[in-house]
Amino acid sequence: MLETRDLYKHFGGLVATDHVSLSIREGELHAVIGPNGAGKTTLIAQLAGELRPDGGAILFDGKDVTRTPVQRRAASGLARSFQITSVFPSFSALANVALAVQAHAGHSFRFWRRAAHDAALTGPARDALELVGLGSRAEVPAELLSHGEQRQLEIAMALATRPRMLLLDEPMAGMGPAEGASMVDLLRKLKGRYTILLIEHDMDAVFALADWITVLVHGAVIATGTPEEIRYDAEVRRAYLGEETV
Amino acid sequence: MRDHGRETLAVLIGLAFLLALPFLAEAAGKGFYVTLFTRILIFGLAAVSLDLILGYGGMVSFGHAAFVGVGAYAVGILSWHVFDGSPLMTWPVTLEGTENAFVVWPLAMLMGGLFALVIGAISLRTTGISFIMITLAFAQMLFYLAIGLRKYGGEDGIALYNKSQLVPPIDLFDRTTFYYVCLGLLVAFLAVCRRLTRSRFGMAVQGARINERRMKALGFSPYRYKLTAFVISGAGAGLSGALLANAAEFVGPAYMSWQRSGELIVMVVLGGMGTLFGPVAGAAAFLLLEEWLADLTEHWQIILGPILLFVVVFARRGLWGWVAGQGREDR
Amino acid sequence: MTLLLLIEQGLNGLQLGVMLFLMAAGLTLVFGIMDMINLAHGSFYMVGAYLTATFAPVFDSFALAVLAALPLAALVGMAVEVVALRTLYRREHLDQVLATFGLILFFNELVRIVWGPQPIFLQPPSWLAGTVEIIPGVPYPAFRLAIIAVGLAVAVFLYLLITRTRTGMLIRAGASNREMLGALGVDVKRLYTLVFGLGAALAALAGAMAGPVLAVQVGMGESVLILTFVVIVIGGLGSVRGALVGALLVGMVDTLARALLPTVLRTMMPPSQADGMGASLASMTIYILMAAVLAWKPRGLFPAHA
Ligand SMILES: Nc1ncnc2c1ncn2[C@@H]1O[C@H](COP(=O)(O)OP(=O)(O)OP(=O)(O)O)[C@@H](O)[C@H]1O
Ligand SMILES: [Mg+2]
Repeated sequence: MLETRDLYKHFGGLVATDHVSLSIREGELHAVIGPNGAGKTTLIAQLAGELRPDGGAILFDGKDVTRTPVQRRAASGLARSFQITSVFPSFSALANVALAVQAHAGHSFRFWRRAAHDAALTGPARDALELVGLGSRAEVPAELLSHGEQRQLEIAMALATRPRMLLLDEPMAGMGPAEGASMVDLLRKLKGRYTILLIEHDMDAVFALADWITVLVHGAVIATGTPEEIRYDAEVRRAYLGEETV
Repeated sequence: MRDHGRETLAVLIGLAFLLALPFLAEAAGKGFYVTLFTRILIFGLAAVSLDLILGYGGMVSFGHAAFVGVGAYAVGILSWHVFDGSPLMTWPVTLEGTENAFVVWPLAMLMGGLFALVIGAISLRTTGISFIMITLAFAQMLFYLAIGLRKYGGEDGIALYNKSQLVPPIDLFDRTTFYYVCLGLLVAFLAVCRRLTRSRFGMAVQGARINERRMKALGFSPYRYKLTAFVISGAGAGLSGALLANAAEFVGPAYMSWQRSGELIVMVVLGGMGTLFGPVAGAAAFLLLEEWLADLTEHWQIILGPILLFVVVFARRGLWGWVAGQGREDR
Repeated sequence: MTLLLLIEQGLNGLQLGVMLFLMAAGLTLVFGIMDMINLAHGSFYMVGAYLTATFAPVFDSFALAVLAALPLAALVGMAVEVVALRTLYRREHLDQVLATFGLILFFNELVRIVWGPQPIFLQPPSWLAGTVEIIPGVPYPAFRLAIIAVGLAVAVFLYLLITRTRTGMLIRAGASNREMLGALGVDVKRLYTLVFGLGAALAALAGAMAGPVLAVQVGMGESVLILTFVVIVIGGLGSVRGALVGALLVGMVDTLARALLPTVLRTMMPPSQADGMGASLASMTIYILMAAVLAWKPRGLFPAHA
């Protein structure tokens, strides 16, 4: 469903994406792991279209989208969540998600009807909030939600655009154990319904959820395989998991 | 949090005051206030239109006076042709001058919107400081263009011999009538803007202000919504220009000066950005302050300047936040 | 005849260009380093002109008057920075616009109170009052040539300052990466104040030299300020090189359009109509130039921030 070929990106002398070739099949949950600064967020930014790669190609649904702008990629079903929470702080949780629904509902050149009273927006928005477990917090301004709730809101917004594929950048970043567990539950619910590219530092979560894992170090793929293969891959253990268990 | 009750009350009291003003003024023998408040309503209209892009859209346009001027010139030029007896143009169709408000005022809005479309299309390719400078520069271009209109008085502008004509019994030369027409248009424009800002379109524009990156990631193309808001705002400014031309019975390049654009921004911020009603209060406060300071000393700007600095540093919420207990609508 | 006209107008364009460069150089650094929009930059231009006009009769020398005016203007600039603008760096651009708009009103009124509303006419120094034959048969005012020379000298000075000195290194670093300055442990506050003072002095120099060419009057700063904005938008925010290229481009295009457009149009339509339309079109050319550059490169020709 999503494929990269020889993707390459550098910032000055720093190679952030080093000839990365990935292939993610429909319905699969594909995790990308790697130490801090490995280039995971940079990879997602290129997939989503916020960053232009310096070389290589990105194919979504078999179509080359390397030069397609962010909003067009998003509209064609590629939704992302941000590692650093990126919501509309002064809007209520519901309004945040309703805006995401609106994005999917075609053009917004509708000038008269009040958006907040538009069931075509608020209905699906409430459903998405329910799904991520924020149903009871719909009216609260996003800036007053707890950190964990804002992370959930991120996911709800991504879901509300009715994507075919999710790019999730560390959805559990900064969450406590309880919140983390409910996020894992949520991801398990989403798995199979959507094709998912998941970036995550929490190894337990990754090994529990992923169908396929890619390990990124210094921008380059050092291993790709099933959780079992990755767990016992010598190079991965040395380069990455080894550090992690220290 | 919001306090809708208090805001509604403030709007009703404000409206009641504005409705009663001509009676109060005439009763007190100070008819001059009707004229002054007519100006306040007109500048209020311009400020509300600016609030659409500045407060809701986060576009710091420093050229809004240009669209006011365009609207004013639409009225002025057509009126000039009535007086002169010459046609406005003969090709491809012959168009005569007119003073019919039902033609001229919509035309002023159309022209305001059209100029905003061209200027906005270019300016919105940039953001931040560049956007401010570019809107200022284009407004200055129109200012010089107006000076170059020698046929229409150049630097001296056009003195109107007649006001726009509505349906017969309504005579805009009567200052109370003209006041109520302006009030009616302002209220109508406010109502329209209120719907706009809360519609899907309004949400898209506000979203683009708050977090443009997120909007794109959701699949929005912010540019077209921002541009549309810019055009609507320009049309509103054009209407206020048409009224201004009628109020002053004069049209001149000074309507488009960069100071005017600056003053409009001041009105919006002083009143409260993103509140719609605030800018009307801001226009009133600004013009009354100007009036009062000018009475005090010939060099009133030396007091006004530091007041602006003070407002920026200390009074960010604007008058409306203070009166109605409510700042930005999305708060 | 047309060739001579072209040379003369070309020089006029160059002269306008270097004046704009003096204005733009300081302003673009303030934009680039501090991410701050300062509308009151034109006020320094005006203050420079008025101070020079005041000192010239006292010292009985234009050059000495300029030399006295520059440090004073720099002081005014630094005082404004310390008192009013310093608190605004981290604020929204809108706040900066409003506050510096207030400053313009203040300065204009202050000048009106001190020097009165009448324009003042400033004589060029006597030794530059005549004309020079640049090529045989083409006399050109010596003072305008001097402006060009001074402007180019300042450009060279800025180039050396920015590429060869430590302060210049910091300015460059700041213009392309603001956060880095703090990380380097530089006294950022002092650097900002210095840059501001330098910018004010350059603007004052432009104003002083404009004095004998134009009239010294209240509001003179704003029309040149807006031209300067056009220059900076074309050149790219924060880039001194962009400011130089933009300034020369705007100076040339504006001057040549004003000189040539009416003539060109006269070949197509009756003279009175041609002059009117030519003047209107000419006043629009630089804005059209700006629009064209933006359509091509929305961030200007030499954007400082990558
Ligand atoms: N815009 C940028 N300019 C310069 N360098 C950048 C930029 N963005 C990222 N980098 C660098 O690229 C490298 C990869 O960054 P990236 O954010 O993709 O890492 P990451 O794998 O997401 O790390 P983390 O696990 O901490 O989120 C880092 O060294 C980072 O400093
Ligand atoms: Mg990351």
